[in-house]
Order: sequence, then structure tokens, then C-alpha cells
Amino acid sequence: MSGASGLLVVIGLPLLTAVALVAIGWSERRFGIVQGPGFFQRNGLAVGIYLVVAVGFWAFFVIVLPQLAMVDMSFRPKLPPAQMGGPKDVYTLENYRYFLFGSTTSTASWNWLHIKAFFLTIAVSIVITLLNFAICYPLAFHMAQSARPARLRVLLLLLIIPYWVNEILRAFAFRVLLSSGGVINKALMGIGLTDAPIDFLGNDVGLYMGLSYAYLLMMIFPLYNAIESLDKNQIEAARDLGAPWWHIHAFIVMPHAKPGIASGCTLVFMLCAGALAAPLVLGGPRTLWFTPIVYDRFYQAFNWPQGAAYAFILLVTCIVFVLTVLKMFRLSLGEITR
Amino acid sequence: MKAGLLQRVMFAVYIAIFFVYLLGPLGVMGVSAFNTPEYPQVWPIEGVTLDWFGKLLADQDMMYGLVTSLWIGLLVVALAVPVGLAGAIVMTQISQRVRSTYYLVVVSPVLTPGIIIGISTVVFWRELTLATGTRFLYDGIILTVIAQSSFISAYCMLIILARLQRFDRAQEEAALDLGASYPQVFRHILLPFLKPALFSAAVLAFLSSFENYNTTTFSILSDKTLTTVLAGRVRQGTTPAISALAVIIVAATLVGALIYEIVKRREDARTSARQRAAAAAEEEELTAEPAASPA
Repeated sequence: MSGASGLLVVIGLPLLTAVALVAIGWSERRFGIVQGPGFFQRNGLAVGIYLVVAVGFWAFFVIVLPQLAMVDMSFRPKLPPAQMGGPKDVYTLENYRYFLFGSTTSTASWNWLHIKAFFLTIAVSIVITLLNFAICYPLAFHMAQSARPARLRVLLLLLIIPYWVNEILRAFAFRVLLSSGGVINKALMGIGLTDAPIDFLGNDVGLYMGLSYAYLLMMIFPLYNAIESLDKNQIEAARDLGAPWWHIHAFIVMPHAKPGIASGCTLVFMLCAGALAAPLVLGGPRTLWFTPIVYDRFYQAFNWPQGAAYAFILLVTCIVFVLTVLKMFRLSLGEITR
Repeated sequence: MKAGLLQRVMFAVYIAIFFVYLLGPLGVMGVSAFNTPEYPQVWPIEGVTLDWFGKLLADQDMMYGLVTSLWIGLLVVALAVPVGLAGAIVMTQISQRVRSTYYLVVVSPVLTPGIIIGISTVVFWRELTLATGTRFLYDGIILTVIAQSSFISAYCMLIILARLQRFDRAQEEAALDLGASYPQVFRHILLPFLKPALFSAAVLAFLSSFENYNTTTFSILSDKTLTTVLAGRVRQGTTPAISALAVIIVAATLVGALIYEIVKRREDARTSARQRAAAAAEEEELTAEPAASPA
């Protein structure tokens, strides 16, 4: 999106949307679907302008247009600034070709390093998501259904404090814990389980633990909120009717908490797959993770179009994941972002 | 009930393990902030020191980053809360037919990985400022405020929307019938009703902005914030000064959470007192005029 055509989109898209919205409003009023005062009548001119400007700026200049600009850039070649918009500035697939084949022109061999990192990232993120669900579900259930108010307050406070500790510091804490001179290795050697320190960080155990740890609370709060709204009587009734405990969870609590489960899972997956701090802090030189590769496209290879292509691949993956979860749970987007 | 007891013990063990996992690493880091060795070490404790806090305060970059982070946090609050408020109000008024599309657009940043938001913001504003000759807008702090606002506004909108859905339209109509203008209704009816939600949104916006790394690392360009300086330090090597920073953050959170708790309890007490008073007054009225109450 460079030069005049780009500006056309930047101005045209919001304008077209505004025209479409006015047309919809007019037709709805014309055919009597909606009655009552119009938008500016209802809000007054000043407030009405504030609403339109704020939402317009946010929706277009902060959300939609930047994403479009990124996608657009990902289909362009890397050029020096002078040649941008020139004859060489044409749409191309070379950045995506590079992701698959490790070269912008030949398709002879696969770019295994990046492909492997990509799929490993997705797979590990899914495993961590499931693991965090398993870790958090019992506590969320306890807090929502059986904890007494005073105890609940303490539990919530204990959960909230680490929640506001920075992601980098959380990763750093794991580094202190797991490094070769760290507490865990000293303890293991102290009780004679191992002779030499185990290289937790080198073989990525530290990274996976750190990721699971960092996003634990993104799982527990949605779960807690969803389970809390379940009427206790339903569980009592099921118990009185002789349902075993796992029946109660599988057929009463979990179906009720579906939106919370889906919301926690999408959040944890998205944060894991897009995590940058934990791989930087806890990863070794041989660590395979996709986001640092994206980062390096920008700040080591200085190839922005390629970085944009990699970012777009990650974005599409996340969208596919969210849609799959929604489909699996038969939910709408509105239900999981509550 | 032997099975019941066993279950309880198992559950207590689970909770204990959960919180050791959750708080243990922070505790370990906390201890290393007071231990003397150069490398963050927990055991053996070779001496208790406050040097690392001093080193932290003497770290120019870190302090510079802190100030930038605070500024960005305040600017994000100033931008994201009004935008989130507008987003929520528009959500309740927009035509049924486009509502789901609108919702999809404005909530999408919540589900987008942070680095993608940072990248796309930088790419877009670089080209826009180049094309329009407004290069001075291509600034790390401005871009970071915009990039962070994309998802923080969505958080704010969701918080405000939750309260807005409990708003009684009759209040607005009553005010209008009594001769209030629309701006007056907005100013004197809607905003006071939304005040608690606006306050929560502002707190959340500030904290989310302050601790953000993934988006900021791209959008900050050549400037630095606390988190980007921190990331650089951690990558270079680890010193207990970083642990000291974590101790300060945890302590600040604790104090903040306690203040919030106290304020909340006071407010709860006040509301329940008011409700009791209202109920008592109503009772009195009813006993004074028994005919007024329909059986």
C-alpha cells in the first residue's frame, strides 16, 4: 500500500463504510424496520460526532487498515525506498516461497528449519493449552462452587498478584529456577538423584514450563467466571439422582462452562503461539519457536516484507484455531469474549 | 466417610502444589534479590543486601524506560477508555444487520497475537506518514500508544458493555421527559451510571499497557520502555537487580490490590447500609398506609 493507490484505500474504505451505514439506516427507517430518533437526534450532535470519530478512528486506522497494510506488504518484494511504487513493485509470492523453500526463486528443497519451527510451535501450544486446562479446571471449580467467601477472596488475591507480574519477569523467574546453578538442579544433586546439573534450558523443558506458567491465569479466570454462573442446585440434583462425580463434570459443569473453556483455550493458545518474551529469555540457541524467527526477519534480516508474510502466516493460523474451537464447541464469537 | 476424607486430602495437596507452582518461582526470585552473589542465587544465602535495589535505581536506561512506560500508560488510558466507551455505546445503537460484523472487527485485536498488532501498526503508519508527509507522527511513543490501544480499547469496551447492558432506558426517558437535552442525559445520567466500569477500565488499561512487551517491542521503534529495556538486560545476562525489580512490582501490586479491596469493602458496606435504610423507609411507608399495598 504505497503511494496514491494506498491513500485511496485509506480514505476510500472508511468513506464507503460510512455511506453504506447511512444507506442502511435510511432504508431501515424508510421501510419502518426501525423507529424512534435517528443517531444524531438520539445522542445530540456533539456526542454523536465523538462516537463516530472515536469508533471510526479505532476500527479503521487502528485495527483494519494496519492489518491490510501488513497483508499487502507481505505480497511485495523487498526493495530499496527509491524503487517503491516503481516498475519493480509488483505483487509476488516470493516471501511465502521463502517460508516453504528457503529461497525466493527455487523450489528445489524445503525450508525445514522454519517449517519445523512453525509446526512445533503450533503443536506445543496446543499441548500447553490442554495441560493448562487440566491444571486449572479443578481449582476453578472449587473456587466457583464450593469455596467459602473469605477463602475465595484469599485465593483470588493469590491468583491476581502473579497475574500482574510482567511476562519477562515470569520467564526470568523460571530461568533463576532452572539454570544449571539453579535451585532445582542444586536440590536434585543435593538428594543424589543426579551427579551433574540437568540442562533444562538447553533442551527446551524450561521454555515449555515457562510458557505454561506464564499463561496459567489466562485459563483460570474465564473458567472461574463461567463455572460461577452455574446454579449449585443442578449439581445437588445430579448428585441426589446418583450421578458419579465424573458424570457431573462431563455432562453438567463442562457443558455449562463451554464459553469459558473456549475463551480460556483460545487465549492461552494465542498467547503461546505468539509468545516472544519466553522464547527470548528461556530458549537456547537451538530452540525452535516461530515468533523469534518472525522477529529476526525484521531486525536481523531487515526484510520487512518477509517478516510481514511470516506474521500473516501466524495470524491465519490463529484465526483457523479460533474458528475450529468455535465450531467444535458450537459457539459464537460473542459468547467467548464476554 | 473415609472416601470423603481421602478426597479432601488429595484436593488440599493439589491446591498446595498449584500455588507452589504459581508463587514458588516468584518467591525464589524474591529471595535472590536480597542475596549477595552476582548471579541470582537462592541457596546458600551468602549475605543479605539491599545493593541490588540501589543498582536498579542507578540504572539510567531502566529509569528512562520506566518514565516512558508511565507516560505511555497514561496516554493509553486517555485514548483507550474514551474509545472503548464510544465502542460500547455504538454497539448498543448500531443496526442489527451490521452488529455482528462490527463486533468481529472491534473484538478481533483481543484474539490477535501481540506481535502482529505491533508489526501491522508500524507497517501502516510508516507508509501513511511517508505518503502524507507527516513524518513527525512516525514516533515510537505515538505508535506504541496507538498499537496498544487497539486491543486495550477492546478490553475497555467489553468491561463498559457489561455494565451498559444493565442500564435502564427508563432513566434516560425520564430525564428527557423532564426537559433534559441529549448531551445532558449523556453527561448527567449515563456517565455517572458507568463510572465504576470506567474506573475499572482505566486501571486495567494502565496495567495492560505497562506490562506489555510483544506489541511494544515492535511499535516503540528506537525508543525504549521498561519492558524492552528489561528484555535486553535479561538477554545479556541475569543479575539480581532484575529480581529486585520484580520484588518492587510484586510489592506495588500487593499494595494496590489491598487498597482496591479496602475501597471495595467500604463501598459494599455503604451500599448495603443504603439499601437497608431504603428498605426500612419503605416498610415505614407501608405500615403507615396499609391500604396502599395491594395484597
